[in-house]
Amino acid sequence: MFVLVAGGGKVGSNVARTLRRIGHEVTIIEQRRDRFTDLEEEFEHAAIVGDATEIFVLERAGVARPPDLVVAVTGDDEDNMVICQMARERYGVPKVIARVNDPRNEPHFDLLGISPTISATQMIMALVEHEVPEHELIHLLELRKENLEIVEVQIDKTSPSAGKRISGLKLPSGSQLISVMREGRAEIPEPETELQPGDQVLAILEPGKEDELRRVLLKR
Amino acid sequence: MKAIVVGCGRVGSAVAKKLTKSGWDVTAIDENEEALARLGEHWSGGFVVGHGMDVNVLREAGIEEADAVVVATNGDNTNIVVGQVAQKRFGIECTVVRILDPARAELYATLGLRTVSPTSTAIEVLTESVKACSVKPVRAPAAAS
Repeated sequence: MFVLVAGGGKVGSNVARTLRRIGHEVTIIEQRRDRFTDLEEEFEHAAIVGDATEIFVLERAGVARPPDLVVAVTGDDEDNMVICQMARERYGVPKVIARVNDPRNEPHFDLLGISPTISATQMIMALVEHEVPEHELIHLLELRKENLEIVEVQIDKTSPSAGKRISGLKLPSGSQLISVMREGRAEIPEPETELQPGDQVLAILEPGKEDELRRVLLKR
Repeated sequence: MKAIVVGCGRVGSAVAKKLTKSGWDVTAIDENEEALARLGEHWSGGFVVGHGMDVNVLREAGIEEADAVVVATNGDNTNIVVGQVAQKRFGIECTVVRILDPARAELYATLGLRTVSPTSTAIEVLTESVKACSVKPVRAPAAAS
């Protein structure tokens, strides 16, 4: 696979290095001279110096071939959006991955149809939710294209669903329980499975059904 | 008629003042509070301090009621994104975006953005001005490609 990496900071250089190690062809673009000098030593002619939002720089890096994948991981969200948009719209690059530096810009990436996006802040928040038990509904995975998400719910003594069979719960349509974790073991729930305090339940649902699911399982 | 001008530098502020003179209701946005001074002492329009990428700032400036948006910050890529937010998210058809880089201006024009490239204009005008001088070129002009 041929991958073009825009941005040669810590993220970009490590992505490029790893891809090369597992046998992919990579070019990496970096604007800053000092960083480029180091990259050039390592990547030789596969390191390109310049502003990756300039069309001639992208072309020197081989965007017109086109690459199988463009990874835009500069520290500027505007730049990452423009790089991905130009790669796709002008050069027909089939797949782009963009880094989101400021999570408040996430809606802009969505608006321009740039997906998937990776945001360190959001990943850390997801981990915090997972580690901190006060958050009773934890987002584990967002399947944007499918418009589905997987959440984890912690059942406790006060939950209205504790002691009830799954078949007896009025789960919102567009949601389904997919696993029950009890005493360190995960099981695929059956309609007759009874929920107990201490259970960790995984559910798949449409994002809009969160509040309803929360009400049925937790009433909070 | 209401217009929003994002980026109140030399260009943005002048556009804001000209539109006001032509009877538009104008609100300018700039990250820098001092940019207000560019609009002159008697500025009667709106002014919001903030970044054009921030949707709340755009809303505060009244983008939901705007008939036109001019995007002229000093960052081409910022302008490209803000322009598309105005056009696609807020549905403002009359969104005009300044892009200094002629290549990007041309590309985004084909993608449906109203782009203006002062650089292209400068190149045209400068070249034509030289040709208009009464000096003969050394060689015969190359055939038009």
